[in-house]
Amino acid sequence: MWIIPFLIGIPVLLAVIFPFMKNEKSRGYLVYAGAGIVMLTTVLFIVSWITSGTLPWTLYTSTEFVDHLMVAGDIFLMCLIVYMGIKYGRLLPIVLSVAQTILMLYTEFTTEVKEAPHMMVDWFTILMCIIIAFIGGFICIYTVGYMKGYHAHHRDVQDRQPFFFSMLFLFLGAMFGLVLSQSLIWMYFFWEITSVISFLMIGYTRSDEAVNNSFCALWMNLLGGCGFAVAIAWMANVDGTVQLLDVLNVGGEFPLICLALAGLTKSAQLPFSTWLLGAMVAPTPSSALLHSATMVKAGVYLLIRISPAFEGNLTGIIVSSIGGFTFIAASMMAIAQNDGKKVLAFSTISNLGLIVGCAGIGVEETVWAAVFLMIFHSVSKSMLFQSVGATENTLGSRDIEDMHGLIIRVPKLAYIMGIGIAGMYLAPFGMLISKWVALKAFVDSGNFVLVLFIAYGSATTMFYWTKWLAKLLCYHIPRETVKDVTRKDEYVSMFFHAAVMLLLCLFLPLVAIWVVNPIVRELFGNSTDVLSMSVLTTMAIMLVSIFIVPVVMFFISRRSHRELVPIYMNGINEGDNRYFTNSYGGKEHLYLSNWYLRFEFGRRHLRIPSIILASAVLIVGFCIVIGGAI
Amino acid sequence: MMNVVFVIAYLVLAPFIGGLLDGVDRIISARMQRRKGPGLLQPFYDLGKLFSKEMIAVNNVQLLLNLSYLVILMIAGSMLFAGADLLMVLFILSTADMFLIMAASSDSSPYANMGASREMLQMMAYEPLTLLVAVGFYLTTGSFHVGDIIREPVSAVAWMPGLLVGFMFTTAIKFRKSPFDLSTSHHAHQEMVKGITTEMSGTTLAIMNIAEYYEMVLLFGIFFLFFVNSTWWSWIVAFVICGVIFFLETLWDNVSARVKWKTLLYSCWSVTLVAGGVNILILMLVK
Repeated sequence: MWIIPFLIGIPVLLAVIFPFMKNEKSRGYLVYAGAGIVMLTTVLFIVSWITSGTLPWTLYTSTEFVDHLMVAGDIFLMCLIVYMGIKYGRLLPIVLSVAQTILMLYTEFTTEVKEAPHMMVDWFTILMCIIIAFIGGFICIYTVGYMKGYHAHHRDVQDRQPFFFSMLFLFLGAMFGLVLSQSLIWMYFFWEITSVISFLMIGYTRSDEAVNNSFCALWMNLLGGCGFAVAIAWMANVDGTVQLLDVLNVGGEFPLICLALAGLTKSAQLPFSTWLLGAMVAPTPSSALLHSATMVKAGVYLLIRISPAFEGNLTGIIVSSIGGFTFIAASMMAIAQNDGKKVLAFSTISNLGLIVGCAGIGVEETVWAAVFLMIFHSVSKSMLFQSVGATENTLGSRDIEDMHGLIIRVPKLAYIMGIGIAGMYLAPFGMLISKWVALKAFVDSGNFVLVLFIAYGSATTMFYWTKWLAKLLCYHIPRETVKDVTRKDEYVSMFFHAAVMLLLCLFLPLVAIWVVNPIVRELFGNSTDVLSMSVLTTMAIMLVSIFIVPVVMFFISRRSHRELVPIYMNGINEGDNRYFTNSYGGKEHLYLSNWYLRFEFGRRHLRIPSIILASAVLIVGFCIVIGGAI
Repeated sequence: MMNVVFVIAYLVLAPFIGGLLDGVDRIISARMQRRKGPGLLQPFYDLGKLFSKEMIAVNNVQLLLNLSYLVILMIAGSMLFAGADLLMVLFILSTADMFLIMAASSDSSPYANMGASREMLQMMAYEPLTLLVAVGFYLTTGSFHVGDIIREPVSAVAWMPGLLVGFMFTTAIKFRKSPFDLSTSHHAHQEMVKGITTEMSGTTLAIMNIAEYYEMVLLFGIFFLFFVNSTWWSWIVAFVICGVIFFLETLWDNVSARVKWKTLLYSCWSVTLVAGGVNILILMLVK
């Protein structure tokens, strides 16, 4: 347990050092070393926990000094938000921030809560630590190479890399703190830090768009923070405790729905999904980090933690309906996007919707599926963002239309992107097994609407991924050759992710027994396994066989001799497959576009109605719960 | 033991059954149009000719992707006939279709790409209902396993007539029947030439045809599940009804014209919601 302060402290220390590292080269080395040390510390931490018997640790019962530091930290964050709010003339974040900080301070100084551990380590914490340290760590390594390419492309953006790296590491530190905390007050502190850091990262370029989007992210997350603060105040005053576990046991519905609000805002569910879409104005590594290892994962982490309390009550129904609705609405809107990062953003929202839907049902099967989905989503999404970022640096565009025939132009990136996409929805990968479990659990819980959501939502999900994948794999002689400017450290990170993805797929049953089952067991306190070992093994064997088929077919089809001929273009081909004769007798370049169904599934048509619907559900739910509590 | 027999029978016989059904389909269609039509074995002659053709291709990956399509379909079908999990069968079926789409769009051919896009849209149209059918079987029999479903005392169709209607409606897409033959058709003189199969020829096209036969038998296998129960005569009933369904699909193919994609998508989704959704809702309330 001596190692926990290091786990949080090392990234924070690095974050303090980076602003003074003006030399690019030495800063790069420090990032590599820092990421390495963070991963190493995490490994040591996990080893020491496992060797001590894998029982939950509860730590730090009396911590007066640290509590005072956190109060100071809360006040500092509030001052920072007030300053930024005044500087850019935004009132809403100031109001929200001041309100929640005052509520927190008032609660802390007036109510007496019983002494209890402030931190806890169990399987779920360990899983989150692995995700934060390894996915987050490799994203930091990727960033070193990426930012060089980024600033070579965007000469108008002021180079603030020291600040950016500082924020990346601080984010990792805050996430470690968040997943380790058991006291709601501590968790709230780290929660606020992640909100503020994401605000600062989104505003990296300081363009008008970036500033607007960063404030949008800020106020939405502060609203969630308000929910968090209200939940703490209620728990402290009514139940005399601020333990996360006590929310499940004695909390009742009111603090539960407040915490659920915090979780929904952070995981960018409707009606709060706008902020995550806006977040892509920042350099790609920050999106990769927000979408995979941190921020949104903090939201689902909280929801999964409190999910056992959702079973069979109104809050659970609200959370699961909003999640399911977000799943289908976001996947429909993703169809109409041609910007690679936007598709990824919508797909994150959509996938988190499924996770939140699972958490909201709150039974073993759904939570099992939720944890599984979370693992796969972290790896694939991080990989996809990195490959799209690298492609953008190489091609100068992240438009999916421009990725036509990427497999010929930049094969390595296309393979990585392809694995990432396949990981999000295709049969050999674990996403599908989670979907299978989720669908079964939704049926078992008798939730008709969610069953419909998942049925339609997986169809729309399939559509937007398939057309992207098809675009990548199109064989097309490029008009001009491009030089792959992706740096070695970027490839190291992306190959790591691809390897993890494939290994996760191969060792799926082991992941289930060693990681996911213990988590579910600890959350629900019983020992039945969701899927029996034999079921898992047969599934894994089937899935792997599907994986092997194309490889075998590759070798079989290679043996056949064939003559290559031009494609069919009504007999008006102009030599190679790129040109045809147009009606004036001239040479016309062939251009193939994907299908976007803009008028049917466009954001313009769906965004406002879905936000209104989701808000209505949330507000009505709040009214009923408050009415019941008073 | 029975499972092994079933799987081997499927793997060996499916192309022949599919080919014969195709032959029957062509004869019935011809009679409906007051033509004589080809002989029953014509599909096999066609296949033989395709295999004997010189290997020409537009690129090097199409054959590989088509072979993968075939083999993965065979895996999906084997799982169904081995009595495995129906939902997994459906998931693998859509993965197989993914390989066909990749094969079609692997070259930058305008017509094949258009066909591929339409194929994706068709998948989006029929996917919700197939998932609901699996859910329906689960609610009715308490298991996703085909092995358990066929051992029920009462045929599943008693509980899921709406889903049967919906499934008949949407399998017209899978059978590539008019009005839903958007992505490819049997005739090459139309606006999209031959859609996804435009660039396939010789062996590659033959493999695609065989795969379609496997798929056809797989789908009739699912239709079978609606009617089969623990009694022996239900198998005969199921055979007869599958024949009727096959005839109805052919009839529908001949009396309807191809629709636009919007009509396809909206009609399939509405049928899914009304016939499938209501059926599921009732099942959830009753069971």
